[in-house]
Amino acid sequence: MNPRLLIAAAIVVLLGLGGAVRVYFALENQAYHPPVRSLGVESGFPREQALKDIAKDREAKAKAKKYEAPTYRTLPFVSSRVAVWVVAQLHLMFAAFVLAVPMFAFIIELIGYFNGDKRYDRLAYEFTKLLSTSFSFTASFGGFLTFLLIMLYPAFTNYLMEIFSWTFFPYVALFFAEAGFLYSYYYGWGKFHPVVHLLLGLGVNVVGTLIMFIADSWASFMMTPGGVSDAGALIDPWAALDNFTWMPINIHRFIGNIAFGGSVAAAYAAWKFLGAKTDEERAHYDWMGYMGNFVAISAFLPLPFAGYYLAREIYGYNQALGIMMMGGAFSWLFIIQAVLIGNLFLAANYYLWLGMGRIEGTQSYQRYVKYLLAAIAVCFAVWATPRSILASVSEIKAMGGTLHPALGVLGVMSAKNTAVNILILTTYVSFLFYRRTGKRPTVAWAALGNAVQFLIFFGVSGFVIALGVYGYFVDAATRIGLSIPQVLSVLIGMVTMTVIDAFMLRGAEQTGETHWGKLPAISQYVLIFIAVTFTWLMGLMGYVRSGLRQHWHVYGVMRDQSVDAFTPTLGFATQVISVIVIIFFAFIAFVFWLSSLHDKPDWGSAGQGPRGSHGPGGGRH
Amino acid sequence: MTLFELPVLLGIVVAMALLRLVRASLLVWVLAWWIGIYVFVSRGFATPVPASAQHIYLGIVTLALFAYVTSSGERIRSFVDPLVNFAGDGRYTLALVPVLLALPALAAYREYVNAKVPVEPPFFARTVHPSPPTEITVHDQKIDMLGGDNPLRHLEKDDPAKFAEHVARGKDIYYEQCFFCHADALGGDGMYAHGLNPAPANFIDQGVLPSFQETFFFWRIAKGGPGMPDEGAPGDSAMPEWERFLSNEQMWEVVLFLYDHTGYRPRAREVHAEGH
Repeated sequence: MNPRLLIAAAIVVLLGLGGAVRVYFALENQAYHPPVRSLGVESGFPREQALKDIAKDREAKAKAKKYEAPTYRTLPFVSSRVAVWVVAQLHLMFAAFVLAVPMFAFIIELIGYFNGDKRYDRLAYEFTKLLSTSFSFTASFGGFLTFLLIMLYPAFTNYLMEIFSWTFFPYVALFFAEAGFLYSYYYGWGKFHPVVHLLLGLGVNVVGTLIMFIADSWASFMMTPGGVSDAGALIDPWAALDNFTWMPINIHRFIGNIAFGGSVAAAYAAWKFLGAKTDEERAHYDWMGYMGNFVAISAFLPLPFAGYYLAREIYGYNQALGIMMMGGAFSWLFIIQAVLIGNLFLAANYYLWLGMGRIEGTQSYQRYVKYLLAAIAVCFAVWATPRSILASVSEIKAMGGTLHPALGVLGVMSAKNTAVNILILTTYVSFLFYRRTGKRPTVAWAALGNAVQFLIFFGVSGFVIALGVYGYFVDAATRIGLSIPQVLSVLIGMVTMTVIDAFMLRGAEQTGETHWGKLPAISQYVLIFIAVTFTWLMGLMGYVRSGLRQHWHVYGVMRDQSVDAFTPTLGFATQVISVIVIIFFAFIAFVFWLSSLHDKPDWGSAGQGPRGSHGPGGGRH
Repeated sequence: MTLFELPVLLGIVVAMALLRLVRASLLVWVLAWWIGIYVFVSRGFATPVPASAQHIYLGIVTLALFAYVTSSGERIRSFVDPLVNFAGDGRYTLALVPVLLALPALAAYREYVNAKVPVEPPFFARTVHPSPPTEITVHDQKIDMLGGDNPLRHLEKDDPAKFAEHVARGKDIYYEQCFFCHADALGGDGMYAHGLNPAPANFIDQGVLPSFQETFFFWRIAKGGPGMPDEGAPGDSAMPEWERFLSNEQMWEVVLFLYDHTGYRPRAREVHAEGH
């Protein structure tokens, strides 16, 4: 067929379609059309005059308008609450990361300084490489959050300034100090005397922690305000800072940050491990992942107790807040929390069992794995058992309420406390087995030492369970008090077992060598899983703490009058948190990629080897 | 009342013991544990466990078994090798056919069971014990919900005889007004209870009386279902607003009786660590 004809036909069809659409819109147009008249009588219609008058009137009103400070402004497409929520959480996650990484970089450098093992120094430096970009992201998100608050919640932000403006100058001064310490710590790697460098590391940590303490006072004041009158006027600035939940949050975040930073650094190592080309690289990143995870889990073990302290102070401030948190609308988030923490414990143990694969001669301990696993699964199940179970109408009829006659017993504090203590103890035993794999004690009292350790383990377990059962027969205050001897017994048990182990393995015979890097790839995915779960938990529990205020900006003092003054559904909240986690890891992936550029060959010098040898700190690698 | 279906538990234990005797392989053990726990949570309790909790438990079991099998190369092999043998070895071709048929049949059966579930109205989850307002007004008297106390409580120490009198009066009121729903033994299963949703509070349950202060129960009694805050929605509780029928003192007396009869103590007030 003639192509010209085709083109002509297509043009005709298009024009026809265009005409049809034009006619359709012309017919459907409901707007006012002035009647068509001759050009001679163009002006002077009443309608046009009226339109002009209206415009004039509007202009006059606009000119006469007085300035009124707005209480709220809004964003298009996204609600103010969600915008502030996302940015604040991202800021907090990056802040947690930049506070945590120097902490264990410092600890690891310190260990390396004392034992002279260069691997530690290299490891600390590798962690520190993640810092500079993260520091910028933290500051950027912090600035973004401040702008959002001023823009969307001007009246509330103004109020916070009223209470806390005196903390701003120290905050800024500390920020400058932090930048100074951090960058001299990073760029000065290998350039100073090791002790000077360690002192710089200590400076980063002390200043960073102080910065966090100040920011915590603003957030905790919103939940448990102190130092103000009933109408909100500032009476005592220090009491506003040192409010009910300030110290508990400081402690909880301090420990939580270490766990979080360790897990993200371990995920970084896992990512490098999976992409490693040589056995040497794999060995290094396997070890790095192990160290990161070790730090994360060590910090994770006392975290539930810092959480209890925080919860106790929340109850102490206002029992209604506590009831809302543990028995009310937010209690279901604690079931999700239990599932996530149970997964963390399982993953941490699983990683240790997989880790036994690196060491020769693991058979003697492998056979205990199933018992450890059974203990973990049972405790996990107890912890995840809800007090009132979500059920269909017929299930509820069968139970006679939302409380199951048998499982309801597991839904209370006594059972949960016992479960978490046993989980901690079991994880510790997994670690002990890992530590002892491939070693045979040579001391004469080895059998006795084993027996004593065995006795301590079962003694502490029995004691914890007995206290848990006893908790069912006493009043609430006594029951909550029982958690202290439970924790203490577990801690004392772990310390004594460690001491015995340390002496027992002194000069132990090496029966199998550790082959770093000889580990199935699944172990590295476990590390990534642990990091994601930690991040998720932070978002989830942060929401609980912040959401508890409900329709208050500052609980009991300043009401939320905006359209967002309601508590979102649990489903919506978990979705927002999940999206935040995804965004955070997208940024973290970018940070990982940036830090990997360091080891890439220079442009145009392909094949000449990595640049790292003449990068910062190269001298001490 | 027994909490478990003993024959089911016994069956599971016997089956496990038999497996131990025949020295079953890891594959069989993993399947046995999963099925055993599935049977235990779905059939082993006298009161059936709701599906949501069953899913949590079976999820945990699945994860744990996965972790166990994959935590060493040796265990992976002893789990996978029999499967590979069975699928690949010519000797098992005949046995493979029914298995291949059974897998989709099982999936179809599961779908069938799911589809057969009777249609039910959705359940609206509600907060059983919503957090109270900070202050309420009953008979023109302001009651501080957080710092307040039962005004008769101090008599327990100061004037035990008078205290016993108040408790006795509380008892009378309870058995005149409350026991129809909350029951003789305070178990929440009174003669009208079965017609009510949500069910009346069970005062024997240790999650109820000891978990709250007395003002909480005074509030629930005085304001009843209509005074339930939004978060306790849907507020279709049949609890009357007893402030319409009883004086403040009478309601405090009932609260005294509830604690006295069950032997529970009201929740103690948390003290801030630094005594703010």
